[in-house]
Amino acid sequence: MDRNRSRREILKTAGALAGCGALLRLSIRPAAATPEMMKDAVRAVIGEAPVKKGKVKLDLPPLVENGNSVSCTVSVESPMTADDYVKAIHVFNEKNPQPNVISVKLGPRAGRASFSTRIRLADSQTVTAIAELSDGSFWSDDIDVIVTLAACIEESMH
Amino acid sequence: MSRASFVISLVIAVATTARAADIPLDQRRSDSDFVSADTLAMQNDDIANPAMLVVLDGETLWNTKAGATNKSCADCHGDAAKSMKGIAAHYPAFAPELGRPIDLQQQINLSRVTDQKAEPLPFESKELLALTAYIARQSRGMPVAVKDDAQAKPFIDAGRVIFEKRQGQLDLSCAQCHDDNWGKKLAGNLVPQAMATGYPIYRLEWQEVGSLQRRLRNCMSGMRAEPYDFGSPELVDLEYFLMWRARGLAMESPAVRP
Amino acid sequence: MARALIHVPASAKKGDVIEIKTLISHVMETGYRIGVTGQPIPRDIIDDFVCTYNGEEVFHAKLYPAIAANPYISFFTVATESGTLAFSWTDQHGATQVQTAAITVE
Repeated sequence: MDRNRSRREILKTAGALAGCGALLRLSIRPAAATPEMMKDAVRAVIGEAPVKKGKVKLDLPPLVENGNSVSCTVSVESPMTADDYVKAIHVFNEKNPQPNVISVKLGPRAGRASFSTRIRLADSQTVTAIAELSDGSFWSDDIDVIVTLAACIEESMH
Repeated sequence: MSRASFVISLVIAVATTARAADIPLDQRRSDSDFVSADTLAMQNDDIANPAMLVVLDGETLWNTKAGATNKSCADCHGDAAKSMKGIAAHYPAFAPELGRPIDLQQQINLSRVTDQKAEPLPFESKELLALTAYIARQSRGMPVAVKDDAQAKPFIDAGRVIFEKRQGQLDLSCAQCHDDNWGKKLAGNLVPQAMATGYPIYRLEWQEVGSLQRRLRNCMSGMRAEPYDFGSPELVDLEYFLMWRARGLAMESPAVRP
Repeated sequence: MARALIHVPASAKKGDVIEIKTLISHVMETGYRIGVTGQPIPRDIIDDFVCTYNGEEVFHAKLYPAIAANPYISFFTVATESGTLAFSWTDQHGATQVQTAAITVE
């Protein structure tokens, strides 16, 4: 299917060829993920490349008001020129049932390597953002967040 | 720490506190003052606020013909931005047909049944919430101004009795949190004053838009009390008291809340 | 058609970096929530979001269940020329919704 092909294209662009085994494993999911699964998911996307801390700024509130919707911004220092730009930004988590959060493909036309979205966080955990630059290097940032449960809820409406 | 133990610690903290007075009028603040900066930013950006999607659905419904009369709301009420301006700020309001106050959602249904000869929309249905959100949006920025005349007083007082009554397995009253302990932490959130100026809200916990009645039922579940039914007179009386309590504060519908 | 809101500046100077904001109504059901029956509610998510600018892809995101309900995505692009920005959201079943916005670039 077209969409599966384009997903593989994104993974290949990021340099991961050995992802197949890890991808298969990712589909059999227990109730909660582990830091090990996050490492596997990262490896599936970026391969064995070394990841350096820096250039990336992951913005998340340290104390989350509600884990169902957490504002998340990732920015990467880059001139975003044809010769020096951010190719992709990936966000991972370690305690949700699934380790991937979002993968963004960028290019020089972006002008600024930054995007915002809202994510779900199932529990207090570390969230990691990894950027792939046009020179093939990988950079990251991570944040520890605390997620608490809401006090006043209802029986399921669904 | 489990949800139950958080609430229990608060109960222990308030158990021996004597009932304080109503919050002085000049100390009242919107519930928006107690949400995180990110949540407030979401509320104030019409592109980021998911409730605005529901408002748009409401606009479509406003212009959709319904019932045996095959008339839309617009056919009688015209442009909602004009005809509905300020309306939501006056609800709940006394309905002579029923001899008691009703809230905005009940009014919408009353108009559907009486004037459009259409079926009432179920409580908490997407359609009813959309119309309510669309109408409430037209009051944004205007002061809450529910009537508190002699006709309204018995119902506002009945609402106050519920607000101040200790109930449920935790033997808590609304007043103990929202009059006496607002501003303090309960789990990851600050306890607001419960100034209900933003309904219907997009509640992050629900991941969807819902009414004040739904939120009140959640509070009651949180207190381990049996929630009143949707549309019950108790809930409307409580809504009336809450809106009277928030009189003069600016309407913010549709707000975003945790 | 899911309701969507898009903010694109109506006009910009050539070379300006502009911010684009998008919001679409979608439950983004994770597949992990247990329903009233006691069974998990099946996964139902938008998993792909693309923005093209006069046909050229300028932003592409793969979304996972960890993206919150009613996905909000904002990003930047360089205002290169007047024309049309097209936004497509595709769900896991392959259904795509497209919405466009015009921009005038001086």
